[in-house]
Amino acid sequence: MSDVPFPGTGEVLPLARPKEPVTGLLAWVSSVDHKKIGIMYLLASLVFFGAGGIEALLIRIQLAWPMNTFLSPRTFDQIFTMHGTTMIFLVAVPVLTGIANYLVPLMIGASDVAFPRLNALSLWLLMFGGLLLYFSFIAGGAPAAGWFSYAPLSEKAYSTSPGVDYYSLGLLIAGIGSVIAAINLIVTIIKLRAPGLSVRRLPLFVWMVLVTQILIILALPALNASLVMLLIDRRLNAHFFQAQSGGSAILWQHFFWAFGHPEVYIVVLPAFGMISEVIPVFSRKPIFGYEYVAASTVAIGALGFLVWAHHMFVVGLGHSIDTMFAISSMLIAVPTGVKIFNWIATMWNGSIRLTTAMLFAVAFLIVFTIGGLSGVTLAVFPIDWQVTDTYYLVAHLHYVLFGGTVFGIFAGLYYWFPKMSGRMLSEKLGRWHFWTMLIGFNMTFFVMHFLGLMGMTRRVYTYPNLPGWGLLNMIATIGAVIMGISSLIFLCNIVVSLRQGEVAGDNPWDGWSLEWATTSPPPVHNFDRIPPIRSRRPLWDLAHPENPDWKHEH
Amino acid sequence: MNTEAQTLAQTWDNNKLAMLLFLVSEGTFFLFLIIAYVYYHSISNTGVMAAKVLDPLKAGIYTVFLLSSSLTVWRAEVGLRRGSQRAFRGWLLITIILGAIFLFGQGSEYLHLYGEDVTVSRDIFGTSFFTLTGFHGLHVLLGLVALAVVFALALKGDFAEKQSSAVETVALYWHFVDWIWVVIFSVIYLWTVF
Repeated sequence: MSDVPFPGTGEVLPLARPKEPVTGLLAWVSSVDHKKIGIMYLLASLVFFGAGGIEALLIRIQLAWPMNTFLSPRTFDQIFTMHGTTMIFLVAVPVLTGIANYLVPLMIGASDVAFPRLNALSLWLLMFGGLLLYFSFIAGGAPAAGWFSYAPLSEKAYSTSPGVDYYSLGLLIAGIGSVIAAINLIVTIIKLRAPGLSVRRLPLFVWMVLVTQILIILALPALNASLVMLLIDRRLNAHFFQAQSGGSAILWQHFFWAFGHPEVYIVVLPAFGMISEVIPVFSRKPIFGYEYVAASTVAIGALGFLVWAHHMFVVGLGHSIDTMFAISSMLIAVPTGVKIFNWIATMWNGSIRLTTAMLFAVAFLIVFTIGGLSGVTLAVFPIDWQVTDTYYLVAHLHYVLFGGTVFGIFAGLYYWFPKMSGRMLSEKLGRWHFWTMLIGFNMTFFVMHFLGLMGMTRRVYTYPNLPGWGLLNMIATIGAVIMGISSLIFLCNIVVSLRQGEVAGDNPWDGWSLEWATTSPPPVHNFDRIPPIRSRRPLWDLAHPENPDWKHEH
Repeated sequence: MNTEAQTLAQTWDNNKLAMLLFLVSEGTFFLFLIIAYVYYHSISNTGVMAAKVLDPLKAGIYTVFLLSSSLTVWRAEVGLRRGSQRAFRGWLLITIILGAIFLFGQGSEYLHLYGEDVTVSRDIFGTSFFTLTGFHGLHVLLGLVALAVVFALALKGDFAEKQSSAVETVALYWHFVDWIWVVIFSVIYLWTVF
């Protein structure tokens, strides 16, 4: 194997062939290889997904029937706070960072990220941030002020246990890790692309990762500033969010949602990216309207910074401000709708292969659209005044974050698992996983729309036996149990397939982007040779020299 | 690739591009602390307290030291580019001294305020003032550490070549620390005068 042109610089460098004398666990822990780090991100988020899932089940058991006393009210508050915090910060963000870490260098034909050691640092910051958050359980009580920790409830006077301190420190550390990972990925995408891979030929997943990382470096500082201020309030007796001494609890809400709403796009855009890779390959057609998918991503990212106060319609900011934020929030439905139509148009007249990955992608389109529609209703603030902080909102956010992000991630995992492991996931177990997940998901969250409209508020510890409430809550709980079983099937699938799954080969799905041009799993240096890149689908061109894409693309 | 794009790629090598992105992120962080200061200035009248206890003239003098260190670090870079190790090391040392003088000024101001019983926990002015200036001071300190590392390496004879990505990256960070102070100084000290 001889020298290859080093991507980005154009100069010919000898292939760095790091000797890896260490093996076993140490080889993983000490690794700076983006693939190993990506997989460790995935494993860490899988563990936290287990923890957050158990917390969700505990919530659902407590709410299964009226006047239940399975958990104490104190524990219930801790559990729902930890469920939300875990799923957002320790599952959604790291699982996407992990997949991006694994795939971006492969998709752009690079040998690693721009700063491999910084990459390891961001992983370990995330892990220890998460551990610190969970340490609170044995250090005097987990945080119990909800995942957005509204002041003054999160202040020392009302949250006397150290839980909120662990929340602030844990999220700060994990958040700094996210910013570092984001900087690393942006530099990688800008500087290390293989020759010929122009911005207009970038795989859409990479496009969306790029926009997401820009959102991260601009939005995370808002969270970090808020957390620092909260910590100073709590540990140094300061007054930022204490209204009685000149502070302002509203400022926490503004600052938190200035981060919190872009965060929604931070955890959903990469899922959009995965869907944009999966749907074309399993429809055997190039993506419909590549430029529109990319541009609408940028539009969503930009608009995402202008809508934060729609989380605060009940604060009483005034009619004109409410109206402005209602309009900007509804505007986001436009670029999102553009994407949905692009995906449907890609499938239109395609020869669709309904693999498990594609099943999750199609289900994503449907459930995410339902979540988007309830989102538009919530942007209408007179409706929001009625249903905010009810289960209608809980239904909405789970349709968007579970139906959107998690279904997108499952589609991506079934699609790229063969690349990462060299073996196919079982399609049979995959189907069981998919159908149980889809049924369980809708049982749990669809009925919550009704519960919310009937007036059941979120985060209540229990409820009286009002007509219908017991039945609907029981359906939701049964759905949650089915989702739990479904997750175990998925876990089973991973374990079984790793041992005896069908051997994948380089390109099991006939994919077109660069990651399929190398072996599965790829060698440490990723590529021995990079195929010429003259269009968006270099591997199509390679397989069809008689009818290459670059003849049609402009 | 045309030549313009090539120069651009050279100007923003990996390190400097990463530093630029980091500074965008840090700038946003400071933006929120500045917004908090301005917000409390207007809703809780912290300006009254600021006018009573702060000394804009003294702070202004120390500000001159910090801002001139932006100039000297630039001279150090020019020295390196011209191949004059003496100019490079000399201006670098002056930069470190200027930065240290600024930190000393901040320290003595804090001590004075502490003597007047102005603390982070006393009122909302103390809270927002010490948080904003404290985080800036922390960034100056980190910049000084980075500059000191560069200086030590320079004495050891590193940076023999005329271009150093490390030096330029640290200088970029130092410029940020200096110029974000212009905003902070205006918002905190000049507001008590005008």
